[in-house]
Amino acid sequence: MAIKTIFVDPSRCIGCRACEAACRECDSHKGESMIMVDFIDRSSSVATQPTLCMHCEDPVAPCAQVCPVMAILITPEGVVQQAEPSRCIACRNCVYACPFGVPKMDTAARLMKKCNLCYDRTSQGLQPWCTQACPTQAIWYGDYEEFVTQRRGHPVRHTVFGAQEVRTRVYHVLPEDEPRLDLMALLHEAQAEVGTRGAPESPMAATGSAREEPWVL
Amino acid sequence: MSVNKDFFQTRDFNYDFQSVGRPPTAWREASQLPETLVPTHCAFCGVQCGMYLRVADGQVVGVEPRDFPHNRGSLCPKGVVAYQQVNHPDRLTYPLIRRGGKQGRLERTTWDEALDYVVERWKAIQAQFGKDAVAVYSGSSMTNEKCYLMGKFARVGLGTRHVDYNGRLCMSSAAAAYAKAFGLDRAPLPMTDIPLTSCLLIVGSNVAECFPVVMQWLWQARDRGASLIVLDPRETATARTADLWLPVRPGTDIAVLNALLRQIIHDGLVDEAYVRERTIGWEAVREAVEPYTPQEAERIAGVPAERIVAAARLYGRAPRSLIMHARGIEHSTHGVDNCLACINLALARGQVGKPGGGTMMITGQGNGQGGREVGQKANQLPGYRHIDVPEERQYIAQVWGIPESELPPEGAAATEMVGLMAMGEIKSCLVVCSNLMVSLPDIATVQRALERLDPLVVIDFFMSETAELADVVLPGSVWCEDEGTTTNLEGRVVKINRAAEPPGEARRDVDIICDLARRLGRGQFFPYRTTREIWEELRVASKGGTADYFGITWEKIDAQGGVFWPCPSEDHPGTPRLFAERFAYPDGKARFHPVVYTPPAEEPSEAYPFRLTTGRVVYHYLSGNQTRRLGFLNSQAPEPWVEIHPRAAARLGIVNDALVRVRTARGSMTLKALVVPTIRPDTLFIPFHYGHEHAVNQLTNPAVDPSVKIPEYKVCAAAIERLDGPPSPAGAPTARFTPETAPQMFPYVAGERRSPSEVEAKQFS
Repeated sequence: MAIKTIFVDPSRCIGCRACEAACRECDSHKGESMIMVDFIDRSSSVATQPTLCMHCEDPVAPCAQVCPVMAILITPEGVVQQAEPSRCIACRNCVYACPFGVPKMDTAARLMKKCNLCYDRTSQGLQPWCTQACPTQAIWYGDYEEFVTQRRGHPVRHTVFGAQEVRTRVYHVLPEDEPRLDLMALLHEAQAEVGTRGAPESPMAATGSAREEPWVL
Repeated sequence: MSVNKDFFQTRDFNYDFQSVGRPPTAWREASQLPETLVPTHCAFCGVQCGMYLRVADGQVVGVEPRDFPHNRGSLCPKGVVAYQQVNHPDRLTYPLIRRGGKQGRLERTTWDEALDYVVERWKAIQAQFGKDAVAVYSGSSMTNEKCYLMGKFARVGLGTRHVDYNGRLCMSSAAAAYAKAFGLDRAPLPMTDIPLTSCLLIVGSNVAECFPVVMQWLWQARDRGASLIVLDPRETATARTADLWLPVRPGTDIAVLNALLRQIIHDGLVDEAYVRERTIGWEAVREAVEPYTPQEAERIAGVPAERIVAAARLYGRAPRSLIMHARGIEHSTHGVDNCLACINLALARGQVGKPGGGTMMITGQGNGQGGREVGQKANQLPGYRHIDVPEERQYIAQVWGIPESELPPEGAAATEMVGLMAMGEIKSCLVVCSNLMVSLPDIATVQRALERLDPLVVIDFFMSETAELADVVLPGSVWCEDEGTTTNLEGRVVKINRAAEPPGEARRDVDIICDLARRLGRGQFFPYRTTREIWEELRVASKGGTADYFGITWEKIDAQGGVFWPCPSEDHPGTPRLFAERFAYPDGKARFHPVVYTPPAEEPSEAYPFRLTTGRVVYHYLSGNQTRRLGFLNSQAPEPWVEIHPRAAARLGIVNDALVRVRTARGSMTLKALVVPTIRPDTLFIPFHYGHEHAVNQLTNPAVDPSVKIPEYKVCAAAIERLDGPPSPAGAPTARFTPETAPQMFPYVAGERRSPSEVEAKQFS
């Protein structure tokens, strides 16, 4: 059977934090979100990106590897659970080991907390709360074959951090290699006709980030 | 776009503000109890996403996803936490009355004292000053049943002509444009048709933040290869992913839209057969757009000419194209013309009436579509009937059981009512589901008007900025404490179900209204024991009207996942797609309307060099009276800010996160600057969801569209300065009208003759 997992496509993220609001609804960590949405750089763009546990598969999840008390358990399906409360000693090793910066230390509870792929829901065939709520399908739940037949973009699950390489259960979605629409040609053609000033725009500029309007205060 | 963690540094974004110092909400204990799931829809915007409320022991304790056809289980953050309103500690749980005149304080009272006082005052006022001295200002973030009841209460219970609703501030220009062009006012296609299009042109709508759940349909269209063009002064989350962004100067959209049409004509992309067979008036439009060359549009609107040409080809060459538009063009002194310019484009391309093609207005309020159809609008009766047409008056009078002569004539629009209050013609007003002190432009004037009312009566479930000024505050119900129907932005009628009882002494809104009617001695016209009886009467009242609900039953809504009006008989399945074969005019043809660019009422000058525009953030809904109280939402955007381009900011010595002052001819406010390149350098943006000193409507221009009286929220002349900076030059903004010709808000004196264009617009709006 195909493995269902999460696909994260930051290009579709609108920063609404519906995923955070939804994650907080879980009865096991009510009022606290295990998924984070951040502006990448608000001083240049409105682009945002969700961060959630990538559920590393190969090698064994770094957080679990470094846990001195083996509190972080991995289910047979490959879902990395949050720390087992009876074992966790709040040493923070997992917080430092995670290459994605996911585990959070709850100092009051002396317990590491992180996403467990809504194990209560997904084990019953439901979607995790965050993908269910996401209004743009920037985080999307399904299997690889479904994804590639329904959606554009290039899902990857290998991430390299210097010498460290991990294969994760959760996919990141990269843009298509070739843009479908040759906007440059369209703009060049238009420019030749209207004879505007200045150099032709780059495709980036077509969404307005490179050239500003002449402006008088 | 909203703020981030760097901007409000002191906020802990993962901390539940709602629970600070307050008793814990019911979920802790309730999670141990068996639960039931109540199917219903969200309390907020016009999408009306389906959701389940988790109910245990009579308490709403949470939310679960519901796979409904148009949201497919998705929710935005507002929808996820909407249920937290039900047991919220800020709920009003007993009636309040202001004792000792306007200087007194609101004190707890009993229902009998509050209602008897109101009725006694109303009787005295109406005896002395006439029936029209008492007005009803309603809203449309509530069920069709309540909206219908408000219109009937005003006209039958009070006998006043002055009843209008806050949709006047929201959609009235688009409604008038669709009625003028197609003969019927509704988005012509369901959301689920959006993926069928091959080019999306989004005009003046930040879909991502205002209607997040619609984005999944946009992305499905994109996945199937559709291109996306966005016309907006800001590079919003919607514009960021567009193929082409047209950064338009606020208030100049017509120049670009007409230039697009001109280019389409010159490229030979007009669907001549469609224009010939299905429309009237093309030649006049062809001539009207000819002066709008791309260069001319660039001069007026600041959009590079080559982008306009490229956009015209992307749009014009697409076999199926859809224009979506919303408040960005509708909040304007020429809002009707803006929408007509969009319609002209779609008609010229022969798209209206085809699956996935045409134009689609995105109605904002929860029941913005239904609210304007069921008879609480100044000029309308239930079923989109017109109050000045004798046969339609006669039908409704007969349904209501009153003589036709007792049915009052058309009254003042919502924006005009405030003027009548300030002039003393309206002595008392009942406000339901509206927060005038945040939502109307030029709040200082609004406050003066409201303070003249004696009594101002407000029904609300939280203490809104308007309720704070009231003489009598009656605690009402939130959406899931009553049942009924709403009509979402597609024209789909959906069912809201009851999940809880109102807390404390609070009562259901319909019970309050019926009780008032009884005390006024008109109880025989309001004999409802259940909300369903109101619905059954509404069905009959709308029968044969433009918006025909007669064939819609609550059972059919449940069985079909919503029913689209018109639905004239019980065996009729409803009408998701309109205009497939004919338009709603008797001859079946759509009308072109030539539109020309007119400047906004106020333009920049030396003293006020910027264009100020206002808009939404994803975390708040309308006046924020609900969402500002929900911990998660409020912690994301607790106060407004002003967006300014780095080039403008550098010249004025303004740095990110610094407090600045923004001034217009109406007033000034102090707020934080967000210096970002995602806005035009000549434009400022401030979100409008906040009250008191944080309300941007202290600054906005009260000029209105002359026909439908929608205010021009989206552009006025403004200055911005550092708090410690040198004084700015004195002066006035560039007014584009003389005092005589200015489309002022509140220009209407009851009984005044109107210009021909206004008469025409009133007929169709």
